[in-house]
Amino acid sequence: MTNPTKFAGTERYITTRDLEIAVNAAMTLERPLLVKGEPGTGKTVLAREVAQALGWPLIEWHVKSTTKAAQGLYEYDAVARLRDGQLGEARVHDIANYIVRGKLWEAFAAEQQVVLLIDEIDKADIEFPNDLLQELDRMEFFVYETKETVQAKFRPLVIITSNNEKELPDAFLRRCFFHFIRFPDRETMERIVAAHYPDIKHDLVREALNLFFDIREVPGLKKKPATSELLDWLKLLMVDDIPAEILKSSDPKLVVPPLYGALLKNEQDVHLFERVAFLARRGQ
Amino acid sequence: MFAGFITSLRNEGVAVSLTEYLTLLKAMKHQVALLDIEDFYYLARATLVKDERLVDRFDRVFALYFQGISGVGEDLLAEIPDEWLKKLAEKYLSPEEMAAIQALGGFEKLMETLRERLAEQKERHQGGSKWIGTAGTSPFGAYGYNPEGVRIGQHESRHRRAVKVWDKREFKDLDGEVELGTRGIKLALRRLRRWGREGEANELDLSGTIRATAANGGVLDLHLRPERRNKVKVLLLLDIGGSMDDHIEESAQLFSAAKSEFKHLETFYFHNCPYERLWRSNRRRFDDFTSTVQVMNTYGPDWSLVIVGDATMGPYEITHAGGSVEHWNEEPGALWMERLLKHYPKAVWINPRDTHYWGFTASLKLVKRIMGERMYPLTLDGLDEALKALRRPH
Repeated sequence: MTNPTKFAGTERYITTRDLEIAVNAAMTLERPLLVKGEPGTGKTVLAREVAQALGWPLIEWHVKSTTKAAQGLYEYDAVARLRDGQLGEARVHDIANYIVRGKLWEAFAAEQQVVLLIDEIDKADIEFPNDLLQELDRMEFFVYETKETVQAKFRPLVIITSNNEKELPDAFLRRCFFHFIRFPDRETMERIVAAHYPDIKHDLVREALNLFFDIREVPGLKKKPATSELLDWLKLLMVDDIPAEILKSSDPKLVVPPLYGALLKNEQDVHLFERVAFLARRGQ
Repeated sequence: MFAGFITSLRNEGVAVSLTEYLTLLKAMKHQVALLDIEDFYYLARATLVKDERLVDRFDRVFALYFQGISGVGEDLLAEIPDEWLKKLAEKYLSPEEMAAIQALGGFEKLMETLRERLAEQKERHQGGSKWIGTAGTSPFGAYGYNPEGVRIGQHESRHRRAVKVWDKREFKDLDGEVELGTRGIKLALRRLRRWGREGEANELDLSGTIRATAANGGVLDLHLRPERRNKVKVLLLLDIGGSMDDHIEESAQLFSAAKSEFKHLETFYFHNCPYERLWRSNRRRFDDFTSTVQVMNTYGPDWSLVIVGDATMGPYEITHAGGSVEHWNEEPGALWMERLLKHYPKAVWINPRDTHYWGFTASLKLVKRIMGERMYPLTLDGLDEALKALRRPH
């Protein structure tokens, strides 16, 4: 066994048993862990918490639609070298001065094990994951400009998140462990809230959760509120010191709940919500 | 060890590869999941399933396989070496408990008892209780904790749930037996890409720079140019409602693939046959529509027209004024179709219906003729053909 450390959640991050197993499997076998799930269920936070729990540094690579796989390895700044050549700088003779390291290289070169987060891999081009196959499998790559092979001193724990915007290629999936973060049930949700706001009033949580799960039930919502929205909303409720009774009286089917902006993120959903509320009121 | 399990998974359409199987075995060897069927389930799931839509199928196979009557229990028992168990017991038992075991007659005796218990459990299983819970690997663990206990099962809250996780089938909703993946469709849609440079000049134009630098007497003169972007423009008309209900899944997949692949994509809906008006949102089809003429004026002939529909309707809906099932159309659908085709030289009709039935529907043959035979099935091959057709204007 290479690493006796086990991940079992942190004070602020409540895990389920299946998630722990998946993280530990990825850690033990040194393979990437692919995490999917509804937006706002804590995919990105997972990497941060794992890093914190293990005491390893975290290197984050946020992927955008324009990100190329090679950028994670390194970039060769030819323009800077050309300019330096014209200015007669001495450093121009060493090509290595113009190789800019990417996040993957950073993780490979670290002097200890690190957690590497590749965030929202599905945002990139459809071929992006394929371009990283070798690099993630063997944890090494070749730098053509300097003819050197960069090899990971310590194989990093790679956590990859995806929002399912694009399907990932099979060859890539075969090499990963996979975990789908399910939307937490009520019990887990209470533990999550307690972990984040230890001194929140108990009845407020109860009423807020009632409302929250009711809202998630409203059919046709474009973006159902998730854990992160709930936490934001609770924070607002606490700051504004809204008493639990108000939440209790506001049946989401009748009126829009206070500070709903934290829960419903697009206007169509708010409209839908108001319409549902209106119809329900008229039906009474 | 679990080759049969892997085969059953593959038979159920969870395409597990050899690599993944080996990974699972390796993880078992590294003791990621120890003597707990639930942990093993989680580990197997994380290793073998890579798509949440397949989790439900995995659950079903798991339940079936590890519940099977084929006597997996004996196999497992035979395959776990006694030394290993002994070591494990030493790891988990307190000295007092170890003494208790010694008092019972030592480890060998204990194993003997365990075997008997196991047989007992199996009989009880036949009486109707769950097989996994009683005779999987968990009795060992349980026995380790409770040297004297007769009850097989965990003494802590680890198994607080009455129903096994995989029996809960929580991922049921996510599995719609859908033809998996929009990836294939997206790759096919790539055929239609047409690159053009537009936007901000932020990419180094290498040949331009070399030319300018040379002309400049060797002093660097940087030239930038805009990035290449996919310039193809697609006007997508989707038939909705009625007989199309059977094909919603495929159409939605095509649509979602198209949406992420094309930057310039406009979508309108119609019912059965395009007439004088189209609508953007199906929910508000009667109060919020756009006239077809306006659509044609807004999106010029450089757009590619892709119509998705099953073209299955009464022939008069195409040929006659007033034929529409929804409203009174002043002019026949065929006329509107011809107007559209005249305006958009690049046009195809994609039909989700099985090509097998194409010959039997009069309206389908009619539409196909109007389209100039440019009708293709909604399969990867058909899509490929359709996109090829779009590249050579009619």
